Amino acid sequence: MDTMRDRFAPVVTRLLDEDPRVAVVLAEIGKDGFAEALRRHPDRVVNVGIREQLLVGAGAGMALTGLRPVVHTFASFLVERPFEQLKLDLGHQDAGAVLVSAAASFDWPAGGYTHMAPGDVALLDTLDGWTVHVPGHPDEAETLLRHAVAAGDDKVYVRLSVQSNAEAFAVDGERFRTVREGRSGVVVAVGPVLDAVLTATEGLDVTVLYATTVRPFDTAALRRATETAGTDVVLVEPYLAGTSTAVVNDALSDVPHRVLGLGVARRELRRYGRVEEHVAAHGLDARSLRRRIGDFVAGGAVTMPA
Amino acid sequence: MTLDLKLGRGCTIVGMTTTEERGRVHTYADLPGLMSLMTGDEKHGPAATSTLDVLWVLYDRVLRVDPEHVDDPGRDRFLLSKGHGPMAYYAVLAAKGFLPVDWLPGFGRYDSPLGHHPDRTLVPGAEIGSGSLGHGLPIAVGTALGLRAQGLTEPAVWALIGDAELDEGSNHEAIAFAGPAGLERLHTVVVDNASASHALPGGIAARFEAAGWSAVTVDGRDHEALYAAFTAPHPGRPHVVVARVEPKSV
Repeated sequence: MDTMRDRFAPVVTRLLDEDPRVAVVLAEIGKDGFAEALRRHPDRVVNVGIREQLLVGAGAGMALTGLRPVVHTFASFLVERPFEQLKLDLGHQDAGAVLVSAAASFDWPAGGYTHMAPGDVALLDTLDGWTVHVPGHPDEAETLLRHAVAAGDDKVYVRLSVQSNAEAFAVDGERFRTVREGRSGVVVAVGPVLDAVLTATEGLDVTVLYATTVRPFDTAALRRATETAGTDVVLVEPYLAGTSTAVVNDALSDVPHRVLGLGVARRELRRYGRVEEHVAAHGLDARSLRRRIGDFVAGGAVTMPA
Repeated sequence: MTLDLKLGRGCTIVGMTTTEERGRVHTYADLPGLMSLMTGDEKHGPAATSTLDVLWVLYDRVLRVDPEHVDDPGRDRFLLSKGHGPMAYYAVLAAKGFLPVDWLPGFGRYDSPLGHHPDRTLVPGAEIGSGSLGHGLPIAVGTALGLRAQGLTEPAVWALIGDAELDEGSNHEAIAFAGPAGLERLHTVVVDNASASHALPGGIAARFEAAGWSAVTVDGRDHEALYAAFTAPHPGRPHVVVARVEPKSV
C-alpha cells in the first residue's frame, strides 16, 4: 500500500492546478514530489532551503497577500523548531496556512529522537484556532488534505504518518464516527491506531469512536456515546499520551466520569529499530491495549448520570 | 512647534509634502509633538527617535500607500519588524492620516489600539504585529513571494529592522534566501544605532552583499541621502539601506 505522504504531492499538485490561491512552501524535505509542480507553477512552489523559521514566516507573508500556503516538512521541524513563528507569524498576524507534517511520532525509528515529534499536537493545543486532522489511511489523508486547503484562511494541521489502518472510512473533516457500540465505556481511537484498538476491544462491551479530526474535538459525538456506554472514556492517541484528556474532561465536566489517556509516553526511549517495536514499547499494540483498556473499564464504578 | 530632536550631521528637513487628517495638516515638524502625546515628554532622546527620519522619508516620499488604500493589493507594504519603541511609527501614521491623532494619548492603555508593540489587527496601516525580534524580514520575504506569484510586480515590500535585531538567526535565513531568489521588490532598512553587543564595522552591509543584495549605507538623519538610498535602482536584486543614527548608548 502507498503511504499518506505518497498522496501528498500528487493531491496538492492537482490543487495547485485548480486553484490559483494555492502555494506550496518547502524546506528541502519533500521537494522531489513537487518537481513537476515547480515546472508548471514556478512562483507558487517555493523551496526556501533548510530554513524552517523562514519556511513558516514566508508562508505567513504569502498568506497576507491572499494566497493559501501549504507548508510541509517533518513534524519536528514544522511545529517544534519554528513554534514561535506558528504562534506569531500565523496566529498573532491573523494569517492562515495549511501545515502538512510527515514522520509523526516515530515513523523513522532508526533515525532516532531528533526525527520524532510526539508532542506536536499538544504544542499546537497551546494555541488558539487550529484545526488538527490525523488521518488513519492514505485515502483519508487525501480527503483531509482537500478539506484543509479548502478551509478558507483557517489554520490547519494535517499529520501524515506511515502508520495506517487497513481500510479507509469516509471522513468529513469534522465528526467522529461510531465504529462499534457497547454499554461499558467509550474508546476514542485517533487516526492510525484504530486497527489495534478494534483488535484490542474485540469482545469488550465498549463503544469505539474513530476520530480523524481532533481539533476541534467532536464533543457532541462523545456526549452522545456516553448516554448508552457510560462515562468511562479511554483515549488512544498516536501522539503524546493525554494530549486530549483535558478536552474530554471539559466535555464531561457536568457528570462524574473517568478518563484514561493512552498514547506515546513522555520518556525518551533511546531506541532505534522498527515502528512496530516502538508501538509495543509505548503499549500501543493490540495486546497491551487490551490489557490497559480492559483493566480500566473493569475497574470503573462511575455512577451513570441521572 | 519647535523641533526638539538631536539631529545628526547633514540633516535636512524635507517634510514639505503634507497630508490632511480631519482638516489638520501635519509636517515633519509636528512629529515631536505627536510623540509627546504618547510619552508625555517634551523632548525625546536618540533611542525614541532612531527610526523617525527613516519612517518619515519612507511615508512622505517613497511608499505608495495612503489611508484610503490600506487594503489595496497593489499598495506598497511597510513591515515594522523592530516593534519596540513604536512612538515614532504611530506618530508618522497619525501624521499621514492612517490613525486619528486622538488615539495617541491612550498609548499602552487597556482600551487603546496602540500598544508598546504594534498589533496589525488593531492599528490601521500596520502590515504586521511585531515585538519579538526577527519576524518581520521572513514575513516580508513571503510577502514579496506572494505578490510575485500573483503577478503584482509593482508593489515594493519594505522591512525595518534594528542593527541588534540582526542578531536573530531568522533574519539570516531570510537574507541568504532573498538574494539568490532575486526578490527585487524586497527592501530592508536597517536602523543602525550601534546597539548590537557583538558587531564589527561595516558588518551589516557586508552580510547582505555577501548574499547578493544591493546595499547602501547612509546617514539616517539626512533626508535627501535617505531618499536617494531608498530609491536607488537595484535590478534583479533585493536592496538594503543601512541608516546610521546616534549610538544608543555612548
